[in-house]
Amino acid sequence: MAQNKLNIKAEAKNLNFFYADGTKALKDVSLPVYENKITALIGPSGCGKSTFLRCFNRMHDLYPGNRYEGQILLHPDNTNVLAKGVDPIEVRMRISMVFQKPNPFPKSIYENVAYGLRVRGERSKSAVDDKVEEALKGASLWNEVKDRLQDLAFNLSGGQQQRLCIARALATDPEIMLFDEPTSALDPIATVNIEELMSGLKNKLSILIVTHNMQQAARISDYTAYMYLGEMIEFDATDKIFTNPGRKETEDYITGKFG
Amino acid sequence: MTTTQLKDPPISKRLAKNIKRNFIERVIEIILMFAALAATFITIGIVYILVTEASGFFKEVSIIEFLTSRQWSPLFEDAHYGILPLISGTLTTSFVALSIAIPIGTVAAIYLSEFASHKTRESVKPVLELLVGVPTVVFGYFALLFVTPLLQKINPDLPTFNMLGPGIVMGVMIIPYIASVAEDAMRAVPMNMREGSYAMGATKFQTAIRVVTPAATSGIIAAYILGISRAVGETMVVAIAAGQQPTFTFNPLEGAATITAYIVQVAMGDLPHGSLGYQSIFAAGMVLFVITFVFNILGHMARKRFAERY
Ligand SMILES: Nc1ncnc2c1ncn2[C@@H]1O[C@H](COP(=O)(O)OP(=O)(O)OP(=O)(O)O)[C@@H](O)[C@H]1O
Ligand SMILES: [Mg+2]
Repeated sequence: MAQNKLNIKAEAKNLNFFYADGTKALKDVSLPVYENKITALIGPSGCGKSTFLRCFNRMHDLYPGNRYEGQILLHPDNTNVLAKGVDPIEVRMRISMVFQKPNPFPKSIYENVAYGLRVRGERSKSAVDDKVEEALKGASLWNEVKDRLQDLAFNLSGGQQQRLCIARALATDPEIMLFDEPTSALDPIATVNIEELMSGLKNKLSILIVTHNMQQAARISDYTAYMYLGEMIEFDATDKIFTNPGRKETEDYITGKFG
Repeated sequence: MTTTQLKDPPISKRLAKNIKRNFIERVIEIILMFAALAATFITIGIVYILVTEASGFFKEVSIIEFLTSRQWSPLFEDAHYGILPLISGTLTTSFVALSIAIPIGTVAAIYLSEFASHKTRESVKPVLELLVGVPTVVFGYFALLFVTPLLQKINPDLPTFNMLGPGIVMGVMIIPYIASVAEDAMRAVPMNMREGSYAMGATKFQTAIRVVTPAATSGIIAAYILGISRAVGETMVVAIAAGQQPTFTFNPLEGAATITAYIVQVAMGDLPHGSLGYQSIFAAGMVLFVITFVFNILGHMARKRFAERY
C-alpha cells in the first residue's frame, strides 16, 4: 500500500437517515474515510454516531422501516453501499464491525473466529486453520488461547472476548473495520491493548471508530469528525481538531465546556 | 434517594415507614414460602401414596416378576403382573409422537422466532394456543375415526387399534407445546448476538441455525422435556385409539396399552379398593413417575450443560 499518498477508501455523501418511527437521525452528513487511516467519530450522546457507523454496513436493514437517503461510496470500485440493488450481505463481506459489548457466539474460540469463513462457504480445513491463527495473532490473542481453541468463547475475560470479536472481524480480510465504542465496557489495561491493536491494524485496512473517550480519539486516530444533533460539524486531521478546531462548537465540546 | 432529600420528613416518620414496609415484605415472603412449600408437600404426598399403595401390591407380587414378565393381565383369572408390555406401549407411542412433534415443533419455533413477520407471528400464535385447548378425548376419536382409516388406505393390514395413528395424533397435539416454549427461548437470545452474525455477512438462515439455535439450546431442551412428559403422560388418545390390550411389542403397527391407558381403564372400572388389581395401578403409576422423573433429570443435566451465558 502506498503510505504517503492519501486515498479515499469510502465516503459518505449527503447522507440522511430516518428511523422507522420517523426520527431523522442524520442530516446531510458527508465524510471521507481515508485508506489505512483511523477516523474517529466523536460527539455527545445521542448525536448519531452509532447511527452513522451502522449505515456503512447496512445494519439498519435488520429492522423494518428504516430508510437511507444519499450515498456511501466504497472505493476503488465506486459502489454505492446504500443503493437498492446492492446486497447488504455483499457489503458486510467487505466491511466488518466490532460492537460496544463483546458479543461472541455460543461456540468455541476457534469456531467464533472461523465463523465468517464458514458463512462464506470455506471448506478447506487447512485454509480455515491458517486464517484463524492469523486473525488471532492479528488481534494479539493467539498466545493466550492457542492451547484452548476448543474452549467455549464465554470462558474468556471481557477484554479477551472483545479481542476475539476483533479476530472474528479480521478473519475475512475486510477492507474497512467499524468500531462502535469498542473499549467502553473494558478496564484500562484491556483498553490499552485494544488501542495498540487498532493502531497496528491500520496498515492492513481502514478504520472508522466511534468513541466517547476524547483522549482515545486523540491517541489513536489520524482524523476526527465531530457530530452534533445528527449533523457533521467539523472534520479534520486529529491534531488540528484537538489543538486548533475550526468551529466554536467543536472547541467547546473538546475543552469540556459542553457535552 | 433524591426524593427523600427533597422532602426530608422527620427521621421518626421515615423509620415508621420502614417498619411498615419491612412488615409487608415479611408477610409477602411468608405467603410465597407457603406456596412453595405447598407444591413440595403435594409432590411428597403423591409419592407417599404411590409408595404405600404400591407396597401392598409388592407384598403379593415379586418385583422380579413385575419387572421381567412379558405379560400383564392382573384382571384375568390367570393373572400376570409384568409391566414390560405397558412400558413398551408407552415408549412406542411416545416415540412415534415425538418423532413428529420434535422436528416440526423446532422448525415452527425457528420460523416464528426468526423469519415470520410480527403480523404472521401474532396470527399464528393464537391458533397454536387453540390447539392446546382442544380436549384430548377429541384427539382420541380423531385418531380412531380419521387418522387410522387414512393409514389403512396406505396399509390395509393395519388393525383398527394400533399405536401409529394415536402416536401421530399425539405428535400433532404436542407440536404447539414444543413450538411455543422453544420460540420463547429463541426470542430471548439477545439481538446483539444476531447483529454480530449479520455483521459477519451471514444470511438469516445461517444466523438462525448457527447462532440463535445454539444460543437457545437450554430452552429448546426444556421444550423437548415438556414434550416428552406430555407424550409419556398422555392418556385419552391412546386409551381410545390404541386398543387396551397390553402387548409386549415395539411395533407401532400393532395395538397395545400404555401405562396411563391401563390406569384409567382400572380406575374407571368397578374394582373394589384394596384389591390386588386396584393396587396394581399404583405400581404402574410409580413406574410412570420414575420414567418421567428420569427424563426430567436427564433434561436438567442437559440444560445445565448448555446453560445460556450471553
Ligand atoms: N431504533 C431507533 N428508533 C428511533 N430513534 C432512534 C433509534 N435508535 C436511535 N435513535 C435516535 O437517534 C439518535 C442518534 O442515536 P445514536 O444511537 O446514533 O447516538 P450516539 O451518538 O451513538 O449516542 P451514544 O454516544 O449514546 O451511543 C438519538 O436521538 C436516538 O434517540
Ligand atoms: Mg452509540
